[in-house]
Amino acid sequence: MITLLQYRVLLPLVTLIALTGTIFILQPRTMSYFGLSLLFSFILPIALATVAQMFVIAVNEIDLSIGAYVSFATVTVVTYLDTDPAIAVGLLLGAIALHTAVGALIQLFQMPSIVITLGMSFFWGGCALMVRPLPGGHAPDWLTAIVKVKTPFVPFPILACVVLALLLHLLLMRSAVGTIFRGTGGNERAIRNAGLSVTGIKSAMFFLSGLFGVLSGVVLAGLIVSADADIASNYTLLSIAAVILGGGLFVGGIVSPTGAVIGAATLTLAASFLSFINVPADWQTGAQGAILIIALALRGITERYEH
Amino acid sequence: MQTDKIRPVLLDLTGVDKSFGQVHALSGVSLSLHQGLCTGLVGHNGAGKSTLINVIAGFLPPSAGDVAFDGVGTLNLLSIDQRSALGIRCVLQELSLCPNLTVAENTQLLHRHLRGRGWRRKAADLIIAKLDDIFPGHGIAPHTELRRLPLGARQMVEIARAFTQTTTEVRLVILDEPTSSLDTQSSAQLLRYVRTFVEGGKNCLFVSHKMDEITSVTDEVVVLKDGRVVHQIETKDTSRAEIVSKMGSIDTDLRGASQKKTFGGKDSDGIALGLPAGPDIPPLSLRPGEVIGLAGLAGDGQTEALKSVLARYKRKCTFVAGDRATDGVFPLWSIKHNTSIGALHSLLSNGIIRSQSEAKLANDWKDKIGIRASGIDADLTSLSGGNQQKVLFARALASASDIVLMDDPTRGVDVGTKREIYQIIEAEAQTGRSFLWYSTEFDELTYCDRVLVFCQGKVAVVLEGAEINEQNVIAFSFGQKVSA
Repeated sequence: MITLLQYRVLLPLVTLIALTGTIFILQPRTMSYFGLSLLFSFILPIALATVAQMFVIAVNEIDLSIGAYVSFATVTVVTYLDTDPAIAVGLLLGAIALHTAVGALIQLFQMPSIVITLGMSFFWGGCALMVRPLPGGHAPDWLTAIVKVKTPFVPFPILACVVLALLLHLLLMRSAVGTIFRGTGGNERAIRNAGLSVTGIKSAMFFLSGLFGVLSGVVLAGLIVSADADIASNYTLLSIAAVILGGGLFVGGIVSPTGAVIGAATLTLAASFLSFINVPADWQTGAQGAILIIALALRGITERYEH
Repeated sequence: MQTDKIRPVLLDLTGVDKSFGQVHALSGVSLSLHQGLCTGLVGHNGAGKSTLINVIAGFLPPSAGDVAFDGVGTLNLLSIDQRSALGIRCVLQELSLCPNLTVAENTQLLHRHLRGRGWRRKAADLIIAKLDDIFPGHGIAPHTELRRLPLGARQMVEIARAFTQTTTEVRLVILDEPTSSLDTQSSAQLLRYVRTFVEGGKNCLFVSHKMDEITSVTDEVVVLKDGRVVHQIETKDTSRAEIVSKMGSIDTDLRGASQKKTFGGKDSDGIALGLPAGPDIPPLSLRPGEVIGLAGLAGDGQTEALKSVLARYKRKCTFVAGDRATDGVFPLWSIKHNTSIGALHSLLSNGIIRSQSEAKLANDWKDKIGIRASGIDADLTSLSGGNQQKVLFARALASASDIVLMDDPTRGVDVGTKREIYQIIEAEAQTGRSFLWYSTEFDELTYCDRVLVFCQGKVAVVLEGAEINEQNVIAFSFGQKVSA
């Protein structure tokens, strides 16, 4: 188990270190507290969205609504949290409840999550537009102060990601209840035969996904202060890519929380890296895709060796 | 039976029925298991063994009847968890383990009170101790993911897990074909363990196709046939031959034998099948107009045989799937499109499908086969299962292929439709089409000119004419040697 765990996390870790190293060589000034803070400034909301996605992928489902969902949470925070905190909290809790219900319905009616969550992405996008038809708003100052806090030695975003990875590792990989969660992705029938409710488990996973999606939106709001309704729409693909890059599989309950957080960090850095090597802005999205394909191809090759 | 009278009853089934739609898997099963015995459960394919153990374990609710357990009365309303707490454990054929979890983690799924600090070590100790107990020298590490273990080792884990005991006493372990992936040594170890377990006053319900195991490990044998208990006897008072004969009816009224045409084709006109066969079997060929049945226990190589013939004669073959949903229908297409897909090249004009010809083809076959539908443009899913199956037949027969491969094509089809399908097959055979027909139902084999009985992946015997009877099929599928 130890070797396997290291193995799954090894490749994303190597990719991350290689990328960071290259950036350090290209731009030595990034090798400082301030430089690292800048490089990783947006890692935390992406990592949280990735974690939200990971919970869903762990039970063989997929969430295509996470980007719009996080956008909704972000605009809710910048629009209401300062002035009408009750409305903000109510909307965010409602969002989590609805997300949980979607998970339960997907299992109860055996509906394909890819379609249902795609539909939900339009729903959340519409809600975000209703909350904030025009860009603007203002996140509470206390929130900005928290997410931009200056921790000693290691910048806060990096510290927060390490803590996040450790906590999730304990929850999903080490605890007894995490075993049941992952087992549901591995063999639903085995879980049912052991007398457990698969619907209950999937609802729990969508609840956790909704919770971390809201956290992602809150942190993002604190970082950018004002927002528009489309602010996090690219999180859907980023989060899926980060889970897979981090050693997860779409089916079989095989996920790695540490890997997912590292995957999120890698994707965050990839954008900076492309700027540093002077890739024109028009080509950056495509080049990001290329990095992703190369990383996944590497994984395919190493996994073949495994067998 | 003297000893049984004294032993108290552990599990008591009275009038248990279970039906799936129109299919009665169990009808009025009454059965008592007395404490401290190993009961063998045997029966041919579809006799209801799996359904019965699923009902006892609580995975399926019975349609009627009662399952009572010593000290608690009826189990009908109890969940799987509650049954597990009573000490009822089940090892199913398709493993109930999560491949992405470790051996220890899979053990925790059954013992969920193992939590908090050090639960992994406790679960690991528990399962390894039991593995050592049952399969000494197993060499399985507790923190290995299941998917990294060979199939045999996985089965050992599943078996050992069922016998692990923490808070509650294990009283009844149901083993469904437990040795199917075990090697000889591990099988022997398991049988030895089952005996010590039973002699400690516990119970085993042992399902197996292997008669050697049944005769060596069980105290009594229960024979299921067509969802009913037809025989229950102490193992020492019976013989292998008697058990096997009880599984099939001694039915002299062979419908097929009377109506069977004398088959005139010659081997030289046929195509070589190239199937794996036992030493005494001559090379097999399928002659024009011939219907060959493939029989034997489910999963003994019949589907593989069909696939190998398909791979060999790709263009000349057409395939009728039994597992409609996964192998057969295009659920979102109309009847017409589902029918014509196999014959598209005959409908082409300059590379474009002539829609009039397509409609005519679909209409012709709809009438010929008697598909009951509002029209050929109706959605396939608007049809009943039997009519969907007829559409698959229409597709196969509308194609130009000479050879029709059928993978248990009447699975889940009602009796009336079955009859119609048999007539279609006979009529098409008259026109020179040949059929290779895998069937799990004995009655269907009487429509065949020859029947190949499979045993452990190979053709064990070729039956012809009056030799095609249930007793022969059952005997040879259980590995009986050809006697002079």
